[in-house]
Amino acid sequence: MNDICVKLEGICKSFGSVKANHNINFDVRRGEIHALLGENGSGKSTLMNILSGIYSPDSGSIELYGKPAVLTSPQDSIAAGIGMVHQHFKLVDVLTAKENIIGGNKDSGFFTGGRAMSAKIKQIEDQYGLHLDPDKKVYNMSVSEKQTCEILKVLYRGAKILILDEPTAVLTPQEITVLFDILRKMKAQGCSIVIITHKLAEVLEISDRVTILRKGESITTLDTTQTNATELTELMVGHPISLDIECAEVEDSLKHEILSVKELTVLNGEHRKALDSISFTLSSGEILGVAGIAGSGQKELCETIAGLDKVAGGDIIFKDSSIVGLTPRDIIKRGITMSFIPEDRLGMGLVGSMSVIDNVLLKSYQNMPGIFMNRKEGKQLADGIIKRFDISTPSANHTVKKLSGGNIQKVLLGREINLNPELLITAYPVRGLDIGASYNIYDVLNEQKKKGVGILFIGEDLDVLLGISDRIMVLHEGKVMGIVNARETNKQKLGLMMLGHTENEGGSSNA
Amino acid sequence: MLKIQKKQGVSQEFDALLRILSVVVALIAAGIVMAFLGYNPIELYQKMIKGALGTDFNRAATVRKCIPLLTMSLGVSIAFKMKFWNIGAEGQFYMGAFGATLVWMLCPDLPIYVMLPLMALAAIVSGGLFALIPAILKHKLGTSETLVTLMLNYIAIKWITYLSLGPWKDPGEGGQAKIYAFTENARLPEVFGVHIGWIVALILVVAVYILMRFSKFGFEIAVLGENPDTARYAGMNVTKTLIIAVLLSGGICGLAGMLQATGSEGRLGDNISAGLGFTAIITAWLAKLSAPMILVSSFLFAVLLQGGSSLGALTNIPASVAETIQGIILFFVLASEFFTNYKIVFKRKEAKK
Repeated sequence: MNDICVKLEGICKSFGSVKANHNINFDVRRGEIHALLGENGSGKSTLMNILSGIYSPDSGSIELYGKPAVLTSPQDSIAAGIGMVHQHFKLVDVLTAKENIIGGNKDSGFFTGGRAMSAKIKQIEDQYGLHLDPDKKVYNMSVSEKQTCEILKVLYRGAKILILDEPTAVLTPQEITVLFDILRKMKAQGCSIVIITHKLAEVLEISDRVTILRKGESITTLDTTQTNATELTELMVGHPISLDIECAEVEDSLKHEILSVKELTVLNGEHRKALDSISFTLSSGEILGVAGIAGSGQKELCETIAGLDKVAGGDIIFKDSSIVGLTPRDIIKRGITMSFIPEDRLGMGLVGSMSVIDNVLLKSYQNMPGIFMNRKEGKQLADGIIKRFDISTPSANHTVKKLSGGNIQKVLLGREINLNPELLITAYPVRGLDIGASYNIYDVLNEQKKKGVGILFIGEDLDVLLGISDRIMVLHEGKVMGIVNARETNKQKLGLMMLGHTENEGGSSNA
Repeated sequence: MLKIQKKQGVSQEFDALLRILSVVVALIAAGIVMAFLGYNPIELYQKMIKGALGTDFNRAATVRKCIPLLTMSLGVSIAFKMKFWNIGAEGQFYMGAFGATLVWMLCPDLPIYVMLPLMALAAIVSGGLFALIPAILKHKLGTSETLVTLMLNYIAIKWITYLSLGPWKDPGEGGQAKIYAFTENARLPEVFGVHIGWIVALILVVAVYILMRFSKFGFEIAVLGENPDTARYAGMNVTKTLIIAVLLSGGICGLAGMLQATGSEGRLGDNISAGLGFTAIITAWLAKLSAPMILVSSFLFAVLLQGGSSLGALTNIPASVAETIQGIILFFVLASEFFTNYKIVFKRKEAKK
């Protein structure tokens, strides 16, 4: 069959004792969109890194257009017409789109060239319906513009096979629609696209075929039209699973206002308003979801309540008294805990190179008597959390960063919950987790909610936010676009608010 | 084709083996160089070992070299653990020695059991305060502590030079620029033929080990070094931790200066550190900032240094040969770090059928 442009057979790749890819078979046809579906750690990225020449397989064969190929470096792959858009963009911030696009390009010679390059970029843009000002600096770009820039970069290098790693993770629903239109246009012009994702809806919407990976092995390849979400989940997880996220019911007697944020303004490092006069309340036994494009003020919101950022204006009232100006230590003592999970998961809250015990002790060691660390008590504490939250680790002495993502998350969340907080701030608690582990975390949060804990849940997946929250607050550039009942809204409305339309604007004009 | 790959995890045994192996390979490589220079390497090594450990006199000399090296290594290790790159051990050493000497200059007639503790205290305070300058500059203005501590070294050394040329110059030394020699009440007593600095240094090994390994403060230093955001988030007082840790780091280096001046040298001078403040960075690093391992690495380096200098003194081999050997050993040991983190794999370019 000469319409098969990529054929991977029996691909194996191990890192130390971990078999990231084991005997994987995968092929891509010309002019198709092929989804690669699998949970975190199932080997999707490893496989695509092999195809883009970043890793070499331990064994197995790669065929491109029916001919055996050896890809030992990204240059080999680029030469073979394979381009990868990574999840974390690889752009130089201070340069323009154009400079990023032609950078690293072998045949561009010594000079970056001027009009000829712009013309070629323009032509590619027209061909595929992309829109990007080639002279715009990367640091001025929105996330979706950066992505467009990455796509332009690989197209400019003549890629006919595009690999997109989790391209929708950072986009709003509207931006996803635009991206999918572009992908369809590329497909129509004969490009092959591999899209890595773990979102089922997207697989069903965009792809022609889907290959499911599980624990480093390829389970099967299906025609998208022949399958459905339930079947895909089952194949991906390995057993049937309910996809509904519970929003726990809480008795009204448990509900009373515990947090009231009034016209809070916070400045960021550049003295710009990271939070602009935002107001909201949160009651006990409630989950308030916070939606917004990355960088809309979520981080500052968390950090300000936790006492890490300075308040420039407004007030934060926790249980009838202001907590503005208190040290993080005092705020912890009052029963507020915050767990912010940044992209690398270890950024704030955990120390990767330390043991589970030391990490568990981070929040409580100061309350222990004497000048020495009581690691015996710490071990008991850690063992308790390990048991309660079913954390799989060889021992409590194990280094945290060597645990899997889900277990790292559970150490963090477990420690916070173990402190019996009254207000739990959690940002991206399921980031990077597989489905099973995510549901585990949702259960834990719901359990806390039932106990009367007020939860501020900063999320990125709108389906999850809609499922778990009682109300959802949408942030855009540090402003509150609206606070809506999670049962009375939908993804489209939230998406518009995330883009800067207020609740009642209806999306007719851009703010 | 060669490819470099990152390793996943390395066992401690492997790590230790690699380090030992790297020293062996370094000795072989240095031997080859010496053979080219026309010396018999085995004979040279024998002479070096004899020069460092052969006689009581040599052993004492080795220990005397080890004391300041070990003390300063412990000092910088505290700052390093916090990822505060204090490469100013030299400067803190000299300022410590200066502070101690100042006490003696101001009240020269104190009895020895008052004089020495007072001098030690003055040394710790001066060294600590001197280290605080870069810490405050970093905290307030965001300057690089690496550069500032380095530059302050030269200021401290030149300050001592100035003292020896003018204000504190001992006229009794004729034309030589030497500072007054300490009187007996300001000299460290000897135990087993070496001044008691060695006991102080050993106590410090234990103290630093306990501090860093078991105390809350050591925990805070480690968290702050690994992840300042997490430290703040956990409610630690970051500024306080930074200041105390730096005071401690500089203070210990300052104490090393006092031990050296009052123990080995008998007077303050602008060359009494013999550059050991820089070597201390290496020994601390090779020991992975663990106090017991610092004891080992400092001792081995003292052997190397003493062996090398006796080589120059006892034979017609220039001292630069010894320095070459030291350099080669360092090079190999440091390069071995690479192999603890990476491995090199061989790949064939052809397609596998």
